[in-house]
Amino acid sequence: MSEPLLLVANLCKAFPLGGGFFGGGKRLLKAVDGVDLSLSRGETLGLVGESGSGKSTVGNCILRLLDPDSGSIAFDGVELAELTGQALIKARARMQVVFQDPQSSLDPRMTVGGIVSLPLRVQGRARGRELRERAAAALSEVGLGPECLDRYPHEFSGGQRQRIGLARALVADPAFVVMDEPTSALDVSVQAQILNLMAGLQQRRGHAYLFISHDLTVVRHVSRRIAVMYLGAIIETAPTDALFTHPAHPYTRALLASVPLPDPRKRRNLARLTGDVPSPVDLPPGCRFHPRCPEAMAVCACEAPPKVSLAAGHDVVCHLHSSG
Amino acid sequence: MPPRTLHPALRELALTVRILSRNPSAVMGGTIIAAMVFLALFAPLLAPYDPVRLSLPDRLLPPGGGHFFGTDELGRDIFTRVLYGARISLSIGLLVISVAGGIGALIGATSGYFGGKIDSVVMRVMDVILSFPSLVLALALAAALGPSLVNAIFATAFVMIPKFARMVRGEALAVREMPFVAASRVAGAGHGFIIRRHILPNCLNSAIVLATLTLGDAILIAASLSFIGLGAQPPTPEWGAMIASGRKFLMDQWWYATFPGLFILATVIGFNIFGDALRDVLDPRIRR
Repeated sequence: MSEPLLLVANLCKAFPLGGGFFGGGKRLLKAVDGVDLSLSRGETLGLVGESGSGKSTVGNCILRLLDPDSGSIAFDGVELAELTGQALIKARARMQVVFQDPQSSLDPRMTVGGIVSLPLRVQGRARGRELRERAAAALSEVGLGPECLDRYPHEFSGGQRQRIGLARALVADPAFVVMDEPTSALDVSVQAQILNLMAGLQQRRGHAYLFISHDLTVVRHVSRRIAVMYLGAIIETAPTDALFTHPAHPYTRALLASVPLPDPRKRRNLARLTGDVPSPVDLPPGCRFHPRCPEAMAVCACEAPPKVSLAAGHDVVCHLHSSG
Repeated sequence: MPPRTLHPALRELALTVRILSRNPSAVMGGTIIAAMVFLALFAPLLAPYDPVRLSLPDRLLPPGGGHFFGTDELGRDIFTRVLYGARISLSIGLLVISVAGGIGALIGATSGYFGGKIDSVVMRVMDVILSFPSLVLALALAAALGPSLVNAIFATAFVMIPKFARMVRGEALAVREMPFVAASRVAGAGHGFIIRRHILPNCLNSAIVLATLTLGDAILIAASLSFIGLGAQPPTPEWGAMIASGRKFLMDQWWYATFPGLFILATVIGFNIFGDALRDVLDPRIRR
């Protein structure tokens, strides 16, 4: 395996909660607590987790839309975590993002041509007529014609808007795109179109995707590897097939069991989880999953589990698999 | 479907005009405003007399005959002076709103976009200005600067700035959290670009509505300053100043102060109802 395009190590991000009026009792919400990720060129890594697990925060920290508290983010050999100002803008030029809501991720006051060509424009890589031509080229790659250039976003449907968002993401020829739930706001039929479009673009252009989603079936469809997040930490990373055939972490198993089956006659033993996700403000001691874990042992309540490698590329953070 | 050949911004404008034309109060307010603009633009052609030439034999004539609105104590035709007054009042209103709106929007957008300490300080300053009744503050300012039309305009604009700053700041707070701003930041856009291309354009609708609604106020405040003697100086045919000098004759020559007053009333009402209608029409939730 070649050197990874993106290497995230021990990323932490906490949000201060508005504590007492006099500054006392300020508490921290640990949204991301020691996340490691790596991503090769042209690869798709799925990042799954329920809402509130911190998966979007990871994406935003990598894009430096949020400033991480600690940890390192190496992108193409450049450390991003501490960069600011022009140096950051330069280092980030080969990153892009597609957001969940196609409505609010396009400026309603700009024409589609202006929106799509914006990355080229602010990076000073094209101007005037060339901006328009490159925007038209990007639109045609996502299956939209040049007549869209002078229209406004509200004239398009949700799926079309998401295509426009994709065109904006690819126009500046990025190496890496964060897909933050890009299909969650779309109808199922449109979802499939967008996913196929993304896969096609990746094949032609060699983009690497960080695909953030709560939808396991979607993630399975697009990702080569999957990382499962729970309460701000990655609890299992595995190649997609391995994760679906031999899930190692009890949380992953529960997550897989919760995926609805299309055939109503097939019934499974649902390893249903009880209780709610604990508050990320007061993380449980030991393993963060132990209050809900069906297989919790005594050690889980007091000792944080180590990261164990089960096979090449299959890591799990769980006492069940630690030999000793 | 509108033709695709038009510039996209023009297409939006055409749509707005079409929706407005179906709104009765917009039509009414718009008609009043259009009439005022027409009278102001063509005052030299429409007015039968010279607005400043004295003619003492004709002093204080009642309406009728050669003088629709009568004459004042120096024999000047009041209809003529009211028409020329429309030029002055409308220019004052537009100037005040452009200055106050421009500066206020810039302050509000910057303050709201950056937030934090800058925002708190700027907004407290705006609150202090807002805490005075605008007429009183404008009066004090105009008095301190000395009586002249330019100073009255400046004073009126100054007291209007906080309204725009507050409104735009509120919108900026919402706009800066939008994903399209985040997408632009990732793409490499700087703060200046985001404020100019994302924040300000997205505040434009509300700013236009506020500008239309406050245009009437601006004209009223400027006229009040002139009424007191702090604005337009004689012999400038300004409505406020005309009412001030007509006040002495109100008991016997009612027409002198009444006609300029009616024009102020009509203009202010025109802008207010048009602004109200515009607010409804530009609301994107009703738009489609």
